[in-house]
Amino acid sequence: MKKNNVMFKRNTLPKAPTSIQGFDEITGGGLPKGRPTLVCGGAGCGKTLFAMEFLVRGATLFDKPGVFISFEETEKELTANVASLGFDLDSLVAQKKIWLEHIRVDHKEIQQSGEYDLEGLFIRIHHAIESIGAKRVVLDTIETLFSWLPDARVLRAELQRLLRWLKKKGVTTIITAERGDGALTRHGLEEYVSDCVILLDHRVTEQSSIRRLRIVKYRGSTHGTNEYPFTIDADGFSVLPVTSLGLDYISSVERISTGIPRLDTMLSGKGYFRGSTMLVSGTAGTGKTSIAAQFAEAACKRGERVLFFTFEESPSQLVRNMLSIGIKLEPWEKKGLLKFHATRPTLYGLETHLATSIKLISKIKPDIVILDPINGFMIGENQTEVKTMLLRLVDFLKMKKVTAFFTSLTSESADMEIPDVHISSLIDTWLLVRDLEIGGERNRGLYVLKSRGMAHSNQIREFRLTNDGIELLDVYVGSEGVLTGSARLSQETKDDAEQLLRQQEIGSKQFGLERKRDAMEAQIIVLRSEFQAEEAEALKVIRIEKDINERFVQDKVKMGKSRRGDVTLKPGFAKRKNINIKKKVI
Amino acid sequence: MNIKHEKMNTGRQKGQPVKARCAVWHLRLYIAGQTLKAVTAINNLKLICEEQLNGKYRIEVIDLLKQPHYAHDDNIYAIPTLRRKSPLPVISIIGDLSDTERVLVGLNLK
Repeated sequence: MKKNNVMFKRNTLPKAPTSIQGFDEITGGGLPKGRPTLVCGGAGCGKTLFAMEFLVRGATLFDKPGVFISFEETEKELTANVASLGFDLDSLVAQKKIWLEHIRVDHKEIQQSGEYDLEGLFIRIHHAIESIGAKRVVLDTIETLFSWLPDARVLRAELQRLLRWLKKKGVTTIITAERGDGALTRHGLEEYVSDCVILLDHRVTEQSSIRRLRIVKYRGSTHGTNEYPFTIDADGFSVLPVTSLGLDYISSVERISTGIPRLDTMLSGKGYFRGSTMLVSGTAGTGKTSIAAQFAEAACKRGERVLFFTFEESPSQLVRNMLSIGIKLEPWEKKGLLKFHATRPTLYGLETHLATSIKLISKIKPDIVILDPINGFMIGENQTEVKTMLLRLVDFLKMKKVTAFFTSLTSESADMEIPDVHISSLIDTWLLVRDLEIGGERNRGLYVLKSRGMAHSNQIREFRLTNDGIELLDVYVGSEGVLTGSARLSQETKDDAEQLLRQQEIGSKQFGLERKRDAMEAQIIVLRSEFQAEEAEALKVIRIEKDINERFVQDKVKMGKSRRGDVTLKPGFAKRKNINIKKKVI
Repeated sequence: MNIKHEKMNTGRQKGQPVKARCAVWHLRLYIAGQTLKAVTAINNLKLICEEQLNGKYRIEVIDLLKQPHYAHDDNIYAIPTLRRKSPLPVISIIGDLSDTERVLVGLNLK
């Protein structure tokens, strides 16, 4: 354990955090502590600002006072220039957290006679450092000395001495320098600053400007080697690392409704995952924005905050249009739950868009972010850049557990799934809205192209915009194929009629059967009554025959008595006769 | 040639050298410790003044190690720096003043 610690200490260069957004991430902690760093780049690329922000953040956040030695701008100019970024240099100077020192090098009044050195500069820097106990120093732009002072050989030697001296003092130093032709700096300063060299670049492609930062070298430390876009805005400098954000965010299992009950059903009954990324793509006028608006409204109803970036419509137009399909956004906007941010995608470069978005998201802290549509960014051949931008945005949103909802306009002619393939890997749930042209009309069909982590429906639903919002209907799937709209309606009517007919047939068949049963029952009754009548008749005859028989026996006995004969009847005789008669009756 | 051109450029005092117009020259020499360069500069300056200004001068030697605020106040970065405070305009010459010719030209004494 102890050994490990020692190893760790030896391997890791102490760093001075800059707290410049994104910069510490790509450098693994900031600038090399106690060593000089060279920041070079062309005119207007933000060198001074980078250096100034390093000082101001150091002074305000890390309690590291800083000295700013300016060779170009006066103290007043500097203060005024960075005031627009929200840095109050005056008060920092008053608190002795920042020391501004302008070294005016005016060639008109300088002549040389004999040897000189820059001890005066050393004394001034030393005095400034001692006065406020500075830990950080900026020399901006020391190369100016080369332009105005004679004897470059002396200057070089003196600069080298200065850097060594600063290193010995243990102050973290930033030296800015103009970029030269074919070299990093005009006067080869990179030869002296061997610890860390940062290159800033400002270029214009496709009519939009892109600022980029690259760490050319960083001795004794690993660092990102890419060109990182950065922006300068009202909040200062921000570097937008592509890879600094990992894939280690925690995913939520919470599900949130899409605002369209049947769409929830299609997404295994519960809707989107919180913190996931949705894309709705489709051709023009298929209702992508409406799905987005419905989702926004549903979220607002739950009391969640929604940030709606609209790149095509103005907020008021969007609100008006959505009202026509019964989606009321205005009350939520008034309540402050729904925030719109409308800009033209072409207004500024991708990085600025990204930075603005990230800043707004950090400020508003929404639960849901909607970008409508993302296509506007794709100008010419910049798809890779758009993808990286969206990747960074998605990463950022996932880290913040913000649910993202993008819409994308696909071109009518091309295969609908192609234009979005570039970003499909970023998307968790992808809905496709497409036109289905059947029977001389055009209807919208919606289906779930993919949805990570849920058993989503594979069905195409007819998607309708009604006065009361979005409605999803089953499409007709039958012998005639997939039908929508009136074709579906007429097919359904046809089906209904057929069914009615069949039902009637069944009804009449059942009725006939009943009637038959009734007839049968009636016959049974008649037969039974006939039988009963016959039976009664027969019984009557039997009784009469029995009487006759008895009387005959009695008569025989009487006659026998009267004749005094001894004729006696055997007891079984009369009985047998009785049986015979019975049989006859039946 | 060069010298004449220089004179023309300093303007104002057409015809007459500056030294004739001003009663006392005020010269300030900024040094940082008694280094070899500093000592050389002081000696060189004294020599030039004696030769050119007939005692009508005042030399002020400021050691920035002892009075560092002067560096800021008077905007000094190179050492040694000679600054002519009066007569105006203010003129600065850096170096140990070993090139007398250039000092004279610089101070408009020639």
